[in-house]
Amino acid sequence: MTHLNELEAESIYILRETAAQFQRPAILFSGGKDSIVVTHLAYKAFYPAKLPFPLVHIDTGHNFKETIEYRDNLVKRLGADLIVGSVQESIDKGRVKEETGYNASRNALQTTTLLDTIESNKFDACIGGARRDEEKARAKERIFSHRDEFGQWNPKNQRPELWNIFNGKKNQGEHFRIFPISNWTEMDVWQYIYKEKIELPSLYYTHTRKCFYRDGQWLAAEPCIKRRPEEEVVEKQVRCRTIGDITCTGLTLSAAHTIEDIIAETAATRVTERGGRADDKRSETAMEDRKINGYF
Amino acid sequence: MANGYLDMQLLRFTTAGSVDDGKSTLIGRLLYDSKSIFEDQLEAVEQASKSRGNEDVNLALLTDGLKAEREQGITIDVAYRYFATPKRKFIIADTPGHIQYTRNMVTGASTADLAIILIDARHGVMEQTIRHSYIATLLGISRIVVCVNKMDLVDFSKDVFDKIIADYKEMSKHLDIPDTDFIPISAKNGDNVVNKSDNTAWYTGKPLLEYLETVEIKKSENQDFRMAVQYVVRPISDKFADFRGYAGRIAQGFLHIGDKIKVLPSGTVSTVKGIFSGAQELSEAQEGESVNITLNDDIDISRGDFLVSDNTTLPKVDNQFVINICWFNSSPMQIRKKYIVRHATQEVQGLFTAIDFKVDISTQEKIHDVNELQLNDIAQVQLKTANPLVFESYKQNKVLGSLIFVDPFSFETVGAGMII
Repeated sequence: MTHLNELEAESIYILRETAAQFQRPAILFSGGKDSIVVTHLAYKAFYPAKLPFPLVHIDTGHNFKETIEYRDNLVKRLGADLIVGSVQESIDKGRVKEETGYNASRNALQTTTLLDTIESNKFDACIGGARRDEEKARAKERIFSHRDEFGQWNPKNQRPELWNIFNGKKNQGEHFRIFPISNWTEMDVWQYIYKEKIELPSLYYTHTRKCFYRDGQWLAAEPCIKRRPEEEVVEKQVRCRTIGDITCTGLTLSAAHTIEDIIAETAATRVTERGGRADDKRSETAMEDRKINGYF
Repeated sequence: MANGYLDMQLLRFTTAGSVDDGKSTLIGRLLYDSKSIFEDQLEAVEQASKSRGNEDVNLALLTDGLKAEREQGITIDVAYRYFATPKRKFIIADTPGHIQYTRNMVTGASTADLAIILIDARHGVMEQTIRHSYIATLLGISRIVVCVNKMDLVDFSKDVFDKIIADYKEMSKHLDIPDTDFIPISAKNGDNVVNKSDNTAWYTGKPLLEYLETVEIKKSENQDFRMAVQYVVRPISDKFADFRGYAGRIAQGFLHIGDKIKVLPSGTVSTVKGIFSGAQELSEAQEGESVNITLNDDIDISRGDFLVSDNTTLPKVDNQFVINICWFNSSPMQIRKKYIVRHATQEVQGLFTAIDFKVDISTQEKIHDVNELQLNDIAQVQLKTANPLVFESYKQNKVLGSLIFVDPFSFETVGAGMII
């Protein structure tokens, strides 16, 4: 078996365990390549039956329009159910307070919307596309990762996870986060997309976009990011290496217009993909801090 | 180049080590020399090292990702790291080496094909060297590579290296040690890590990375088919009205269309009609693949059942077992207390009827007359389950021979067992 076959087989096994061990599992779908791959794997795991998981999208209201288009097409093609949790609604209801200033982002606010969506839909397992190679806190997280009644992760007391035996037992009100592609690297994901010919949002390929430069990276010039007077808008050939919401997605200058180009670019790059994510740069343990509180 | 990468093999290995034996330096070097550490990661580690007052860049900060670990400067939990060369993709389960983290070592070893054991050339074989080898052996790792590190500090002496090999063989002869190889290295300077070192002209073997790229990954010797049913796929649609697929991951052997299959524990027999991977129909499948199987007869099969080759060497079906166990929880393991037992895709109630003996993890001596097991204890115990399980010894097959124990109230994973 090749490494991609083995990774695929492991992920499909995890997805089937999730369907078997939980009452109301769901896929957390961001429109990024990792959640697209997870959805593709889930389709394969249960074919010819319908996907046994709805897709849940936590919408900050600051998404690229290409992401939403892609999401809606995919849902239609798979005949899947889509559940949208709206951060705007959480703001309107006074559940969270919007950040202000130049670096304002709704990224952190998503946690509240996510936990509210999980609770109101009674989801007991949320499947995510996080990978252990992405970030040092994620490198320590279990594949079946327990969350307490408050949605919190306790990194100091995780259940040991041995062989391929997963323990999804929990008390009322608790839930699990499931990470089927924990053992994949960024390169594995791209190679798999290439091998399986998976369609992606056009944002991943090079395109011309109005951008501006801040703190060492290019950002999209969109109304949801407040620009400083000196931040000049220019047109650039760019693509996204990861896709989050507009406020925290750094754009890479790139001419890559095929998966092969992207693979070559990934192989040559010397910066991690989360290097372009403003949300991780807030402190040394930004990811662990957010995860403890219930973030993706 | 895209295609070149598509057919690589996957090797999972574990490393166990203590603070000073150079484990983090070795992993850091493997990652760095294979270009798996990115500039922003290195910068972040340099920053973090400086703010902690470390003079050198502390590569341990790459793997010690949790706040508590970074504060205390120790590895607590298993960290998984990834790197690839053009020949193989590697998954490292990096575990702490101290005796109080035995459970983490056991966890890391459970999925590994190979274990790297580090010895400081100045100190030779220590208690922990043999302890780590014991755990690797217990968890059925089929190959151990002993890296004798810090060879630069003993003038790359062949005599020192040879003596360590002899000592290791002598001190580990009571263990059922698998195939073992020895490599003299200096992780700090890179000798025999990626490139063969001029300092050890007397060493005729491969440098570590080349060794990892080429070492043979053992599969099960028995080729009889074994698969636990995970999920029954039943589309409620006109197009697939009669479709009933048994989904699972093949634990052993090969499967072809037309093969005779026995369902355990029921003993019902049928033949294979179709093998699916997603929408793709296959003519055969093998160990490790996740498939969806249809049969020619309409029989009662559900999650937890096993599909196996219908021949004379069937797995056993029983509700009493002798197992090796490692206890993971601060609340002790008690005899006659009920636990949830998870085995392959089956879940049953179980209780321990006796503790045959406990093993002193440092000396591997047997301790008798034990009434309960504490956190990190390893023992041989008698287990009884409420319903029979379909199993083989852990030595024969890891999927059919492994168990975990779950506390019925806290639902924590409190122990791991290997059927003898």
